Amino acid sequence: MSNAFTRNRPLWIAGGLTVAAMLLVFLAGWLFGRGSEKKHEAQREVAAARAARVVHPDSALGRTDLRQIDALRRGIPVDQEAAPQPLWRVQNMDVKRERAYPMQPPTIPHAIDGYQVDKNSNRCMLCHARANAEKFQAPPVSVTHYMDRDDQFLATISSRRYFCNQCHVVQTDAPLLVNNTFQTIDAVLAATEAGTATAQAAQRTQ
Amino acid sequence: MMRRLWERVWGWLRPIWLTLRRPSVHYSLGFLVAAGFLAGIVFWGGFNTALEATNTEEFCTSCHEMRDNVFQELKTTIHYSNRSGVRATCPDCHVPHRWTDKIARKMQASKEVWGKIFGTVNTREKFLDHRLELAMHEWARLKANDSLECRNCHNYESMDLTRQSTRAAQIHQRWLVTREKTCIDCHKGIAHHLPDMAGIPQG
Repeated sequence: MSNAFTRNRPLWIAGGLTVAAMLLVFLAGWLFGRGSEKKHEAQREVAAARAARVVHPDSALGRTDLRQIDALRRGIPVDQEAAPQPLWRVQNMDVKRERAYPMQPPTIPHAIDGYQVDKNSNRCMLCHARANAEKFQAPPVSVTHYMDRDDQFLATISSRRYFCNQCHVVQTDAPLLVNNTFQTIDAVLAATEAGTATAQAAQRTQ
Repeated sequence: MMRRLWERVWGWLRPIWLTLRRPSVHYSLGFLVAAGFLAGIVFWGGFNTALEATNTEEFCTSCHEMRDNVFQELKTTIHYSNRSGVRATCPDCHVPHRWTDKIARKMQASKEVWGKIFGTVNTREKFLDHRLELAMHEWARLKANDSLECRNCHNYESMDLTRQSTRAAQIHQRWLVTREKTCIDCHKGIAHHLPDMAGIPQG
């Protein structure tokens, strides 16, 4: 035993010194780190106190109990990240929809991905121009779209009606974000008529 | 006089002809055949490899004329980006797949090398000025070969009209099935922006 120690003495000394040095480094690092942790905590406390002071008592910032008015954010407070909605699909069933009111521009019942509508070409008019409507069995655009602003008829689509998507849009299958209580004029008239009918019936019975 | 002319010409040609007809002195006929065969493989392989190297998107878009104009437009279309990730590269639509047609197209394309060297479309403005002409060449080519490059992938036999939207199925049934129209008649501008189409029939 002692023989083995004496033979390897330099090695043992070197090993012991290395271990001692590593312990010292570890201790120093631990002490240093503990100190800095406390300092960071103090800084965080100061920052939190400052932030708390900045928010006005009436502000909705940070208050999740209040419902926000912005329906596009689905009632999620402005300072919170909303989980994104899925990308809804454009309806492509080629069935014409009812107009909600008499002068409503009809909505497009098909997908229009990649349709080029610029000064060079108008993809919509490939099918919906008067001259092409028969070929593609598409509804031709209304005669008003061929009129200039002095009500004079033009041979081609009027430049002020050229960009179809300014009025006509596709519809997606997204659920409504805001509830809509709109009633068509027919529904309103029917309701009024029904109301007068019941009133008359009530008068007759009296 | 004709006879003397022939004799003079024959005087030149005779040594060449005799050399060709003489058996090889140093090499055997078998060696020449084998060497010719191997050289044939090497040269033919090299030729086709070079041909295929010019038939890639990397080659096409190595010129700024293609990369900055038509390739950028392609990127937004369904032929570049779609749900299944199957996509068309430049030669899929612009170079015939059959070998003889491909060689014919490649010979035509030597004009494009001329255009590259002399900078026919080396700016955006020049490209836009030439766009109608360039597009018309492609429309004429596809019209003449019955939209062969479209049909390399879009096989009518495998086209399930019931999986198409109603209006697409109707129009395909009316015009495509009857062979009255071909793909390019209606689908101009499917992969690149259109030039000024005033006066050009579409559909």
